[in-house]
Amino acid sequence: MAIPSDPKQVKQICFDRINIPDVNRLAVARKHGAYEFLPTVLSEFDSARIIDEVKTSGLRGRGGAGFPTGLKWSFVPRNTGKPTYLLCNADEGEPGTFKDRDIMRFDPHLLIEGMIMAGFALGVHDAYIYVRGEFLHEVNVLNAAIAEAYEANLLGENILGSGYGMHLTVHRGAGAYICGEETALIESLEGKPGRPRFKPPFPAVEGFYRSPTVVNNVETLATVPAILKFGGDWHAAIGIPNNTGCKIFSVSGHVNKAGNYEVPMGTSLKTLIEEHCGGLQHGSAPKVVIPGGSSTPWLTAEHYDTPLTYDDMMKAGSMLGSGAIIVMDETADVVAMSRRLAHFYAHESCGQCTPCREGTGWLERVMTRVENGQGTEEDMSVLSEAATHMAGRTICALADGAAAPILSMLQHFPEEVRARLLEKAA
Amino acid sequence: MSADAVVSETDRSEKNRFSDERLAEIEALVKRYPSAQSALMPVLHMAQEDFGYLSMDTQQMVADVLGLRLMQVREVVTFYTMFREQPCGSYLLEVCTNAGCMLNGANELVAHMCKTLQINIGETTPDGMFTVTEVECAGACGGAPVVQVNNVYHEKATPESMDALIAECRAAGGQ
Repeated sequence: MAIPSDPKQVKQICFDRINIPDVNRLAVARKHGAYEFLPTVLSEFDSARIIDEVKTSGLRGRGGAGFPTGLKWSFVPRNTGKPTYLLCNADEGEPGTFKDRDIMRFDPHLLIEGMIMAGFALGVHDAYIYVRGEFLHEVNVLNAAIAEAYEANLLGENILGSGYGMHLTVHRGAGAYICGEETALIESLEGKPGRPRFKPPFPAVEGFYRSPTVVNNVETLATVPAILKFGGDWHAAIGIPNNTGCKIFSVSGHVNKAGNYEVPMGTSLKTLIEEHCGGLQHGSAPKVVIPGGSSTPWLTAEHYDTPLTYDDMMKAGSMLGSGAIIVMDETADVVAMSRRLAHFYAHESCGQCTPCREGTGWLERVMTRVENGQGTEEDMSVLSEAATHMAGRTICALADGAAAPILSMLQHFPEEVRARLLEKAA
Repeated sequence: MSADAVVSETDRSEKNRFSDERLAEIEALVKRYPSAQSALMPVLHMAQEDFGYLSMDTQQMVADVLGLRLMQVREVVTFYTMFREQPCGSYLLEVCTNAGCMLNGANELVAHMCKTLQINIGETTPDGMFTVTEVECAGACGGAPVVQVNNVYHEKATPESMDALIAECRAAGGQ
């Protein structure tokens, strides 16, 4: 089960221990390498070295934006006289994403170890894991694991006699997609509604209670122990340049074996779906693939061979996002899907920016009448204009996410939308 | 808003009061954050667990416990969908109908459940046993369709499995 030291042999990193029974328990996790390298990091590494290794590794944020993690860490100012905070983003609300849940419920010690290492590098003494409110089971598993870690002096004051101390607290959200946006998450953790903040200042400089703050996704932090153990160069040799390492893909929709699959970056979309997910429920090529969560533009069969990397997905006109792949086969109703996603974004808009608050409502209302056969030809241009005028004109990217499915539907399936209008009119 | 001031203001004669154990738990929790306001969401979860829903009285009590203004509490309660201002059935059945679940029959599933219980989405059965709601992505799309029953995930739910679950809940009575 151990991760190979030869990068060419590496098939998975975060899921290395995932199938070991009871690995959520400290004793079992330790038998399989958890916290094994931590004493070395605490005694022989310093902040600069850790940040350098993570920079060298090429690790990019796994929550969706793909921002280089080492670079993010290097933005944190030192000696500000304020505490620095580390927040783990476990809000996991992007439709289609369900990967962080498996790390938390099956191998919580991997995340805790990654957070200790990240916290040590950043000089953090108080760290938090913000978990979406629905994940009550995962919260309980994490809390049990954290209690064990405190007991074993892996958390708290003077960790393993190193002189370094860090406290870790699990914070439960309460059902708001927007809190996955890092500044909304910070607002929420301050006990307020999760409304994104205008940037700059970026959280690295002014975040949680206006102190320097790093917000990293669960999968990102869970990758850190392997990077420090095997080295940044090792990680950089997995996958392909600028898109290094392995990535967990949450595959759902019309596939035979939906689930989480961690594969080296650069594996093709087709290989993932055909070989790992047992192919499609109907037909041989997908009608639509949403490659990175519901906010990312749709791909069609033409891009079935696209390698799963940040760069290739961008070239194909979409985004790798959080790696949440929603597959629709030939039976899928694209109008119904767009309507459903429009409802989602209208429901989740925090309401502070007019283009988003009003725009998401417009999109939902127009899509509802199109789906119900009360639409007109003009609605197609209303949708297109509304979506175009929302994207890029708001504090956060929720409006862009709301526009994506609508614009994708109009771009790839205009006849299908038009047929819907005519069919109902007749 | 200091940790010491936290518990002192709860000497009110409301119906819903946290137990001494809860107050001790809250006092410890507040110390984990730079400010007591950060403990608001966890404390609202506790209040909802203890009292079933967040009445205006309960919200005022939470505000007092944490040294916040009622408006700060109201703002949070109304922003987040998991906080309820009305009671719901003993069994809260939350059906995800977002992308992955919709592609695997969630709309048909929720329609079936509503038919079985003879209620519409968002309603509670007259005996107060069941509430059915439609929720946004539950983050478990690999097991679509997903139904949360009092916060426990039921994955790959089918009309048959939900019928069985409803029958089981009925047999068990209230809670």
